[in-house]
Amino acid sequence: MGKIWRVSGPLVIADDMKGSQVYEIVEIGKEGIVGEIIGLERNKAIVQAHEDTLGLKIGEEVRGTGKILSAELGPGLVASIYDGLQKSLLTLIENTGSFIRRGAKACALPRDKKWQFTPTAKVGDAVSEGDIIGSVPETSLIEHKIMLPSGIKGRIKEIRKGEYTVEEPIAWVEFNGEVKELKLMQEWPVRKPRAYKQRLDPSGLLTTGMRILDYMFPLALGGKAAIPGGFGTGKTVALQQLVRWAQTHLNIYVGCGERGNEMADVLYSFRQLKDPRTGKMLEEKEIFLANTSNMPVVAREASIFVGVTIGEYFRDMGYDILLVADSTSRWAEAMREMGGRLEEMPGEEGFPSYMGSRLASFYERAGMVECLGSPKRKGALTICGAVSPPGADFSEPVTQSTIRIVDALYALDVSLANKRHFPAISWLTSYSLYVDAVKDWWNQFDPGWENTRATALKILQQEAELEEIVRLVGPEALPDGDKLLLLVARMIREDFLQQSAYHEVDTYCMPVKAGLMLKTIIRFYELSQEMLNSGAGIDAIRSSPVIRKISRMKEIPHDTFEQRTKELWLEMEQNLVGHKGGIT
Amino acid sequence: MNIPSLYIKEGKAINKAKGALIIAESIPGIKFNEIVDVQLSSGQIKSGQAIDISDEATVVQVFGGVSEVDLLGSKIRCKGETLKLAVSADILGRIFNGMGEPMDGAPPIIPESYLDINGEPINPASRMPPAEFIETGISSIDGLNVLVRGQKLPIFSGSGLPHNRIAAQIIRQAAVKGKVEKFAIVFGAIGISYDDASFFIRNLERTGALERTVAFINTASDPTIERISTPRLALTTAEYLAWRRNLHVLVVLTDMTNYCEALRELSAMREEIPSRRGYPGYMYTDLATMYERAGRISGKEGSITIMPILTMPDDDITHPIPDLTGYITEGQIVLSRNLERKGVYPPIDVFLSLSRMMKEGIGPGKTREDHNNVFMQSYAAYSEGCYLREISTIIGAEALSERDKTYLANADEFEKKFISQGEFEKRKVEDTLDIGWELFSALPEEDLKLISEKFIKRYLPKYSKKSQA
Repeated sequence: MGKIWRVSGPLVIADDMKGSQVYEIVEIGKEGIVGEIIGLERNKAIVQAHEDTLGLKIGEEVRGTGKILSAELGPGLVASIYDGLQKSLLTLIENTGSFIRRGAKACALPRDKKWQFTPTAKVGDAVSEGDIIGSVPETSLIEHKIMLPSGIKGRIKEIRKGEYTVEEPIAWVEFNGEVKELKLMQEWPVRKPRAYKQRLDPSGLLTTGMRILDYMFPLALGGKAAIPGGFGTGKTVALQQLVRWAQTHLNIYVGCGERGNEMADVLYSFRQLKDPRTGKMLEEKEIFLANTSNMPVVAREASIFVGVTIGEYFRDMGYDILLVADSTSRWAEAMREMGGRLEEMPGEEGFPSYMGSRLASFYERAGMVECLGSPKRKGALTICGAVSPPGADFSEPVTQSTIRIVDALYALDVSLANKRHFPAISWLTSYSLYVDAVKDWWNQFDPGWENTRATALKILQQEAELEEIVRLVGPEALPDGDKLLLLVARMIREDFLQQSAYHEVDTYCMPVKAGLMLKTIIRFYELSQEMLNSGAGIDAIRSSPVIRKISRMKEIPHDTFEQRTKELWLEMEQNLVGHKGGIT
Repeated sequence: MNIPSLYIKEGKAINKAKGALIIAESIPGIKFNEIVDVQLSSGQIKSGQAIDISDEATVVQVFGGVSEVDLLGSKIRCKGETLKLAVSADILGRIFNGMGEPMDGAPPIIPESYLDINGEPINPASRMPPAEFIETGISSIDGLNVLVRGQKLPIFSGSGLPHNRIAAQIIRQAAVKGKVEKFAIVFGAIGISYDDASFFIRNLERTGALERTVAFINTASDPTIERISTPRLALTTAEYLAWRRNLHVLVVLTDMTNYCEALRELSAMREEIPSRRGYPGYMYTDLATMYERAGRISGKEGSITIMPILTMPDDDITHPIPDLTGYITEGQIVLSRNLERKGVYPPIDVFLSLSRMMKEGIGPGKTREDHNNVFMQSYAAYSEGCYLREISTIIGAEALSERDKTYLANADEFEKKFISQGEFEKRKVEDTLDIGWELFSALPEEDLKLISEKFIKRYLPKYSKKSQA
């Protein structure tokens, strides 16, 4: 047992700590404030406190726990709400009321709840790390596979079926005469990536229901993406849309240093929403980690790593997981604060020089893998992090370090947000390197996907160039061909890229529908060009009634969409081509 | 504000005094961040805070600098207590200075309990999402940037703009629609001029709200360092009133720019590594720990709504102070110098202003069924008008089509009729929406794409008047 030697903000130095290890968890003072050893020097341990240190005194005791910061993994994770250290917030309400007392304890997994365990392995089976030995129906959407924890192998001596808590033994494994007990629960140190057999390239589309993502800047399963944006540009709404509608088995939402009311809103709304694919309550495939901006700064780092560890654990069961983190900038700020206290040599804007590698160690845990153990299975963990650049200036260090790591960037634009164009993802600065990875996926439904996408992006690029001329001479001075291009670009922006998160139908758009919508606009462009070539004026095109119908396409429910689009195409061809016939 | 208790320890051996820091030998029993007294040889006492304690040394930051501190005769005295505020139900109607000492001539209150001024974070899982519409009687807020109970909505202003008058108007008029409820106002003045402070007090007096108000006033001439405590005292009082006394509390903090300046000064004195423009890197977290004290809690009757006011240095919204605030608060009301020059009161910039809690606070049963549609359409029409205004300065208004001219005129009307209103005019939200409809009637009806047909038939004057007749 050691004692406090120095306190400076979240930095605590404890004396008489011989025998401790780096990253060991300690409890400080009589309240048992949680801290983590980040360095050792002779008898002294340098501790970062995950809770407020106000009022601590020299000489108060510091107790080592012998454990390093680990996540509890097992049935009971899904639909839970945790703080950054994986304490159950609902248990904390029962224990200490509506406010978070420092030092308050709460287990991540409920200890008294019994789970129905069904073995799939038999007595005598040879098993090793990662093998699935049975499962627990955790929610109606998640079958929780029980895997052999790391460091255990041998033959199954006994395995039981029935109802057990996470701490009761369910199986015994014998190796070289030594028998080990297995439970439903295991632990994993959060800073260490979980093992897998082989890393695979990201492939297949992570369907999000957002047209600008799915169609224009696709995110692949196992990919990593970032959403940088100034305040008010809709980062949080975009991330909430992702966790709401992404077609994955499980989503993890890490609220890291963000607003409490927003967190409350997310928690409330998820209890009322249904998964479009299964019709089950969305809550049954979500895990929340809430470490709001007024909660301890150092725990922001923990919240990110706890989240990603849980993600990897479910990935290892062979599931597709999406983790979103809002916002990684707040975590970087916590690093800066700690770095300053430790009197480290600062890098750019006071951030520690290791910030880039720390961010990379988080994003690099995304990926599609062949999981360890049998049966053979694939799982993917996709990560999408928000970045909050000060003054919406993307040249700042956190944004720049992030851009170097991720393969898809959704840049939010302040001027789009001010025009209330949502999602305010800029089509000029965003990119995705997963176009090749999802090509095969798209071609199953939409053979011309790459071409349509490229055509639309080209039109938008040309519009941006024409805008500069319009600013000088006004839109009416352009030739008809350019006027048509502006009209079509506007249709792509307003009728395709803009998508309302609050509209009943438009909030989630099936990829097939997105493809048809964009093709309709491109078809309109082709027909109109023919009209212009045959001598019609731009006004004839502008007054066409199909334009208004195209603008209402997003509101058409998915089940009748194909039929309605067919009708629209017919009408479009008659209306526009018919016009041509009238003129020539 | 400090609990009058005996000093428990005294440290004498001061080794270094420079800038605002004194470094003394270790004082046993001192608590991290506690407020200490520094007694000079002359007997004069200065306040300080223990910002770094260890077995070897104690670093104390002296409020107001280390002038006259000597290394031989000065002493550090500590009480083993962190900063606490005495509270009781009698606190309503009182005026305190920026450190929580009474300045209204009345005796100190008899405390019911002492509260840590840093508060405790609300468990995010026990929060209730804010959803109750607060009617402020100001059209550009009620119609376009709705304030809801439990929200934190700042006013971003510039020097010389009428933010104080707007805040005073909101304090006077704000009420939850259709309800008469117990409410309280907590007013925190941070480094503002004496005139501004007395403007607020007079305003509260005149409306009879003073007895439901608690004010903490740190004026421009008070020590900078006290500004760190003033908003925290105000919020601790608000928490006491909301969570223990079940009141709906509106906290007005002005001017938060002065607070941030004080924070920067403090940080520089501590020789910390500065972040943007010299402000400390933890300013986001520091502001968040205050603003996040707003909210509603399930199972509790009261609520805390925070309206901080800050002046943007050089009207620059990307300056660290408004920027970090915008990342924490749920929207912002931005004042525009252009509108002010045009004589529009309140000069609220509709494009830069935003309320993130709006969709929860409006609609049938809360305001009116057409609210969202009117908001979207007004916004679109005004935005088109402003775009044309910009274009017409280059190519001339004559080059615009008839339709465009209608929109241009509509934008002017919108500023004159919708945004503009009297300082003592309290508009009901229905009246605000009706003004919106009146403006729509000048536009071509087929352009009202963002409004559903049934509302057009019900509310557009040419139909609604007919049906009444």
